[in-house]
Amino acid sequence: MSQPGAIATPTPHAAHEGHHEELGFWRKYVFSVDHKVIGIQYAITGLLFLLFGFSLMMLMRWQLAYPGSPLPLLGSLLGEVRMPGGIMQPDFYNELGAMHGTIMVFLGVVPLAVGGFGNFVLPLQIGAPDMAFPRLNMASYWFFFLGGMIMLGSFFVPGGAAQGGWTSYSPLANLAGMGQTVWLIGMIFLITSSLLGAINFITTTIQLRAKGLSFMRFPFFVWAQFVTSFLLLLAFPPLEAAAVMQLMDRLAGTSFFLPSGLVVSGQVLDVAGGGNPILWQHLFWFLAHPEVYVLILPAMGIVAEIIANNTRKPLWGYRPMVYSLVFLGFMSFLVWAHHMFMTGMGTEMAAFFQTTTMIISIPSVVILTALVISLWGGSIRFNTPMLFALGFLPMFGIGGLTGLPLGFNISDIPLHDTYYVIAHFHYVVAPGTIFALFAGIYYWFPKATGRMMNETLGKIHFFGSIVCMNVIFMPMFLVGLAGVSRRLFDGGESYAFAQPVLQMNVVSSWGAWILAIFQIPFIFNFFWSIWKGEKTGDNPWQATTLEWAAPSPPPHGNFLVAPEAYRGPYEYSVPGAAKDFTPQHEA
Amino acid sequence: MDSMTSDHAAHIGDHAADIDRHVRLYIIVFVALMALTFVTVAVSYLDLSPAMAITVALFVATIKGSLVACYFMHLISEKNLIYAVLVITVLTVIPLLALPALTHGSGFWIHE
Amino acid sequence: MDIPYTVEVRRDTGLTNGKIGIWLFLASEVMLFGALFASYILIRVGAPNWPKGDTILNVPMATFNTIVLITSSITMVMAWASLMRNRFGTFRIYMGATILLGFVFLVVKYFEYSAKLHHGLYPSTNNFLAIYFTLTGLHMLHVIGGMAVNAYLWGFGSKLWKTNPVWFTNRVENSGLFWHFVDLVWIFLFPTLYLL
Repeated sequence: MSQPGAIATPTPHAAHEGHHEELGFWRKYVFSVDHKVIGIQYAITGLLFLLFGFSLMMLMRWQLAYPGSPLPLLGSLLGEVRMPGGIMQPDFYNELGAMHGTIMVFLGVVPLAVGGFGNFVLPLQIGAPDMAFPRLNMASYWFFFLGGMIMLGSFFVPGGAAQGGWTSYSPLANLAGMGQTVWLIGMIFLITSSLLGAINFITTTIQLRAKGLSFMRFPFFVWAQFVTSFLLLLAFPPLEAAAVMQLMDRLAGTSFFLPSGLVVSGQVLDVAGGGNPILWQHLFWFLAHPEVYVLILPAMGIVAEIIANNTRKPLWGYRPMVYSLVFLGFMSFLVWAHHMFMTGMGTEMAAFFQTTTMIISIPSVVILTALVISLWGGSIRFNTPMLFALGFLPMFGIGGLTGLPLGFNISDIPLHDTYYVIAHFHYVVAPGTIFALFAGIYYWFPKATGRMMNETLGKIHFFGSIVCMNVIFMPMFLVGLAGVSRRLFDGGESYAFAQPVLQMNVVSSWGAWILAIFQIPFIFNFFWSIWKGEKTGDNPWQATTLEWAAPSPPPHGNFLVAPEAYRGPYEYSVPGAAKDFTPQHEA
Repeated sequence: MDSMTSDHAAHIGDHAADIDRHVRLYIIVFVALMALTFVTVAVSYLDLSPAMAITVALFVATIKGSLVACYFMHLISEKNLIYAVLVITVLTVIPLLALPALTHGSGFWIHE
Repeated sequence: MDIPYTVEVRRDTGLTNGKIGIWLFLASEVMLFGALFASYILIRVGAPNWPKGDTILNVPMATFNTIVLITSSITMVMAWASLMRNRFGTFRIYMGATILLGFVFLVVKYFEYSAKLHHGLYPSTNNFLAIYFTLTGLHMLHVIGGMAVNAYLWGFGSKLWKTNPVWFTNRVENSGLFWHFVDLVWIFLFPTLYLL
């Protein structure tokens, strides 16, 4: 059957040959095995965690801007232990810091980028009826949900949540309160969720792709999720092993990460010793470095789709981009100790990791450059998804370039653990990845709901956010260059050398609070549009990839007739064609 | 080479001769594994230097592991895709095994 | 809804979804145990002295366990081969033997561990014991997991043989792959911890 676009009214019978019985509310919306429902579950849960993690930071920013001063209104609500008289205690600051990082990375961005977008879009984009293992998919979501609940629960245990950073370094993490144990257990659930998800994504991509959809005809988004899944599959287990070992240290008295003769509060610790805190760092960063590529790759995938669609021309350099993705994925396993330059490694190993780090910047640059060149000669449509995608480009550029001094051993010495690092990685993740995720939401919302989000609100969201993001993070480079360490509960106030840059803390804080205000149009838009958004058809963006061949929203089983791919993913403005786009599935 | 692992899904009961051949192979591998286990333990009683002991032990273990993988797990006649996954895994696990010790193992570098 | 290639293979890859899925899972397990081995290496290299395995651990018991696991591997693959030969009864015998041998392994482990604890040798005593208990303990959890799946395939799960024998045979094969992997890990664990 060769029909442009999807066939009209989907009927349940046409959609699947197997079961015809109507599922009850719980099986349809809560314990569903449909990848679209699971994707939306991940996305909404992820967005809620993003909001929560952002709120933790907004609290911290008060302390950073006005150290030691009571927080009006909210301060009295947070209890006498954490904020006596509304003034933030250092322990509470550390709790907020550790959980902000953990929640944003593991409960916010990855679940939204991989669990949400990956689950919803991937099977549709390859023309599949669902994931290869639907029940495993459901299990993945619930492991994530449970892990998230455990993490949230850790705030309520005696001593509060983990306070040793998202990095949970030993020996501090070994000695910390119960919250640290809960953090480790939560991590094990989250890691399990990701592992099961990765197995599903890889198998689905290889086995369930449509007829005619060869690997080099994949949308770039599919490649991005594919490589990301390998990173999750292979990099997470060592952290799981490390978490088990840190739990053993805390609960069974082992000394995996405790050296001999460690003195705590004036007394030598009564443990066997002989362990190595650096071992924790190796195992942690073995995961955490590939993890940052897990954070960025899906974002690049989303941006690529939106740029091709809104320039009405194919991506420039698709092949080099794909090769770069694969090369990047492989290299990401060889650079991790650039997070450990200050741990006393010899110059040979520092040189090794420095070299691999420089090499890995090349594929990143290739991908970014190809995306920028893709704009050249395009017929650009400045809708909201495209605005966020365009915004991503220079923001990721800044984030990436500012990473270079950190990758060189010598320049890392003054910059390590300063606000410079915070600025660098936030540029990549916040106006980088999160902008791409916003772009993806505006772009695929019509596919999921059959309605468009409001453009005006979208533009307000974009312009407000991009200005605020820069107001928050640009000054942080200066604060870091001035030598102010990260994770200081007073933002550097007690240090004489920090005095000239303390004013920047106030600027960043106001940027953060105003950024929050600009998220309100988005939140309102998101929910309002579900019911009141302008109704639309199957392909409102006139896009070429396979997900737009399914109805909006797609029924169970996705496609009424299994699609076949006849060409590459970005056949826009083909000379001689009737329309300015030739869908992949059109014969 | 082996039609069984690709087509076995559809042809239970067929390829009887194939399976007989495989079963004979399994038994041979089993005997080899038993013998190599004996070798592993016997060698440990010899007074070898630590480096030699480690090398021999790992060498024998690798042979045993390869037999289990190739014959019990049918790796010797598996599809290219599976080989690709395993090659990627091996390339990833080697840095994990080697680099921490190379970077921070105090016995490894004479000059820090 | 039927997901394609659950039972029949996809032509260009020559594989079923389950086969790829289990190998990917095994890849992640290589990384998991690899991380523990890497930890062993770093801790041992940095340790001023390190006991030779046979001075603390029970080599005869572990050798016996090695033989038990290797035997269980051949019974496992024979269980699958029996299904391929359409001999369901023989499958049950071999699968039952595999589960039983797994049980024997666990019993030996119980005696091993309790002897250590009885002599005051805990994971917290020193790093050798810490890594020994952690590595063998995690391995033991995998044995239990494999046994649980095998027990399901021997019991309730074997009903699938009547309605979809090919699908059932694939499941047995994939479960076997996991079981062989557990054996494979032990093949490296045994000399590393007990003999070196």
